[in-house]
Amino acid sequence: MKKFGLALLAPIIALAFAIGVAALALLAVGVSPVEAFGLMWDFGTTTTSIASIINRAIPLYISAVAVAIGFQMKMFNIGVEGQYLVAALFAGWVGGSIVVWAPLHIAIVIAVAVTVGALWAGIAGALKVTRGVNEVVATIMLNFIGFSVVGFFLGNFFAVDSGALNQSTPPLPESGQIPGLNWIFTTLGFTEPRGTELQGFLIVAILIGIGYYLLVWKTRFGFDLRASGANPGAARMSGVNPKKMILYTMLLSGGVAGMVGLSTMFGKLHAYTQDFPRGLGFAGIAVALLGRNGAIGMALGALLFGFMERSALILDLNGIPKEVVQIIQGVVVLAVVIAYEVVDRFIRARELKAANEATKAIGSNGQEVAA
Amino acid sequence: MADSDRAIELIDITKTYPGVLANDGVNLSVGLGEIHAIVGENGAGKSTLMNILYGMQSPDSGIIKVRGEEVTFSSPKDAIAEGIGMVHQHFMLADNLTVLENIVLGDEPTKGVALDYSYARDKINTLAKQYGMPLDPDAMVEFLTIGERQRVEIMKVLYRGATILILDEPTAVLVPQEVDDLFDSLKELQAEGVTIIFISHKLDEVLSVSNAITVMRAGRTVASVLPSDVTAHQLAELMVGSELPKPEAGESTVTDIIELSISGLTSLHSDGRIAVDDVSFEIHQGEIVGIAGIEGNGQSELVDAIMGVRAATSGTILLSGVDISNDDTKDRRTDGIGIIPGDRHRQGLLLDSSLWENTMLGHQTQPPFEKHGFVDKKGAKARTTEVVERFDVRTPSVDVTAAALSGGNQQKLIVGKEMMASPKVLIAAHPTRGIDVGAQAAIWKELRDARADGLAVLLISADLEELIGLSDTLLVMFDGAIVAELEPAEVTPTTLGSHMTGVKIEEAS
Repeated sequence: MKKFGLALLAPIIALAFAIGVAALALLAVGVSPVEAFGLMWDFGTTTTSIASIINRAIPLYISAVAVAIGFQMKMFNIGVEGQYLVAALFAGWVGGSIVVWAPLHIAIVIAVAVTVGALWAGIAGALKVTRGVNEVVATIMLNFIGFSVVGFFLGNFFAVDSGALNQSTPPLPESGQIPGLNWIFTTLGFTEPRGTELQGFLIVAILIGIGYYLLVWKTRFGFDLRASGANPGAARMSGVNPKKMILYTMLLSGGVAGMVGLSTMFGKLHAYTQDFPRGLGFAGIAVALLGRNGAIGMALGALLFGFMERSALILDLNGIPKEVVQIIQGVVVLAVVIAYEVVDRFIRARELKAANEATKAIGSNGQEVAA
Repeated sequence: MADSDRAIELIDITKTYPGVLANDGVNLSVGLGEIHAIVGENGAGKSTLMNILYGMQSPDSGIIKVRGEEVTFSSPKDAIAEGIGMVHQHFMLADNLTVLENIVLGDEPTKGVALDYSYARDKINTLAKQYGMPLDPDAMVEFLTIGERQRVEIMKVLYRGATILILDEPTAVLVPQEVDDLFDSLKELQAEGVTIIFISHKLDEVLSVSNAITVMRAGRTVASVLPSDVTAHQLAELMVGSELPKPEAGESTVTDIIELSISGLTSLHSDGRIAVDDVSFEIHQGEIVGIAGIEGNGQSELVDAIMGVRAATSGTILLSGVDISNDDTKDRRTDGIGIIPGDRHRQGLLLDSSLWENTMLGHQTQPPFEKHGFVDKKGAKARTTEVVERFDVRTPSVDVTAAALSGGNQQKLIVGKEMMASPKVLIAAHPTRGIDVGAQAAIWKELRDARADGLAVLLISADLEELIGLSDTLLVMFDGAIVAELEPAEVTPTTLGSHMTGVKIEEAS
């Protein structure tokens, strides 16, 4: 429990530090930080904002989980960006082309997204296993290829109106949409968010989080995964097949990445469009770092990012540069990495001390040790 | 004693880490031009003392004098400025640089902005000649033997003008012939006026090379003796404060049942050179087969090939009569092959994971560690607690990370978890390397007990006494092949040494 408290200390210090830096930046441009942060807080805590914040957090969280799966075995899947865009395109096209029983429809769309995402990431996995290509290089390249693939297929095959300014796959019929969750607010006695619908895909995101936690920390596969990351030589000697592990991890990471775009698709756009949100894959890396690959930590990180993006809107309206939010985001990620390391060292030193004491306690039997 | 003839004097040095008294009023006096050995068990405080002397740590109290002058070190830089240099047990060399580049690294002579190669080469050649340490400045470090790498490390220190050398267990990584070379070099250095402090476990070596010996135990210096006045046995007793255990296999327990049968096993390096060359042998139940050989002659590759982490190009491996040559590592482990890896940090442990996760490693597909694909944390912790108790792993709990334990305790954990998984065959590579005498005796006893219960053991060790004492059959590996099969009872370290260098038996003296 004490250890948990310490682990929590790191991000709190980092956040405080980041806010401090942002305050200095605000002061530098002649804005009162108290006023700016006050505005952000007031605006960010309305129910409409909360729904919006959660909606923003959902894809960030899924993206972070995808990255974290790779991180568990020290693989850097930097290609979540490309994976989710390619996956969303195909999922949107398939979903918009069929009409079936709603739960089945949604399941099919999810299945397509997962499969496409997994296959796209799997290319990098296969290249690493068979040819030793570094996954960072491969996934970056696959991002660029992915962007082009998306443009090519959308423009030539999937768009309902290829001449449209904002090309789009056929819209998802009613059966392929997930209803919103605004009733939660009213049930709990809060005012209903206006103009924003809390996305139903939240439930899937929570399930992904739980699944991620169980898989990594509770299953044998997760143990093998972490062991491979911690010490490939020892994992290999213990019977873990490194090649299989690399491939499975990339497939899994890509599969989760495939779902990053789905909350927006099911709950808002109902199609893959040319202006489909981008950058979620890269933001996911920051959230994974922030949450330290923990299921809960990443959720908090995603919500924090969601809050900052949402509340930045109010700054603009008040003539305060909203870039201050980006400063906080950037600084907090940097600071948190440092803070974690510091806390880690502290925990390790304490363990070492305890281990030394244990040695002493038994080792000094009958011998003079203490002065 | 006059200050003038003392290179180093440490007076009443005390160093506490939070809760631990690492050095407790330590006194050390090293004469100029002396080879001074410091011996003691793991955890006796030798490393702490050397770290203090090299400026890596500051003592809480006490006086450090160098050549009679009192000094305080706040970093190794200060120590280097006083002419003190340290060669660590684990080499810190960049493989992909040349000898010259490694030596000057961090202290580069420059001509404008470029590295002044000719100046550095001249200086290194001069030093090499002066101290009788042959070195090719332009050789790539990755192609050097362990002994040559060590020479590079020593040269690195000399290059920086050190006249007082600290060597931390310099012989731990060397084979007998290289040890001799090292000692020759040390004597050359001594003749040139260099003072040498060296830390060791190996008492015979200490007696043969040093001029003075300081014994440490439980954070204190318990004795300062001259090598002519003590025997190895007496030294060991000073170190442990009790009788020295000896490896003895005792009554033979070898049965007729062949547990592991290797025939024609061959494996190649990635560059096509032969790593394991047509190796064949059998291990019976209740038998310990020892493999002697200079490190780097295919022993670790043989282990890897038996474990299935390295591909064999030909040959068969039968476990209890069943061909496992094409099985993957996981299946070989579940079928009953246990492994104590030669390099525990590279192949044996997850340093940042808890002890119970480490105990699980290698057995994660079996009870009590696994249940229906899930980790059985309770079972794993219970087993780990058993290992900790039975093998005397000194730890505050099974939840601390493996990194928190000392090397000896880490090794006890590895040995314990493998033994308690009741394997049919145990591959023990350097099972007692780098651990103290007490733990060593405990591990030997466990090996002997398991052997009596029918365990087949493949023992690979650089400790010849351990090999001869424990093995029922002794094989010698040279250049990837088994070159001799010897009767342990009839072999001495000297004859074994000549087999290990590939010298024919007739020529061995």
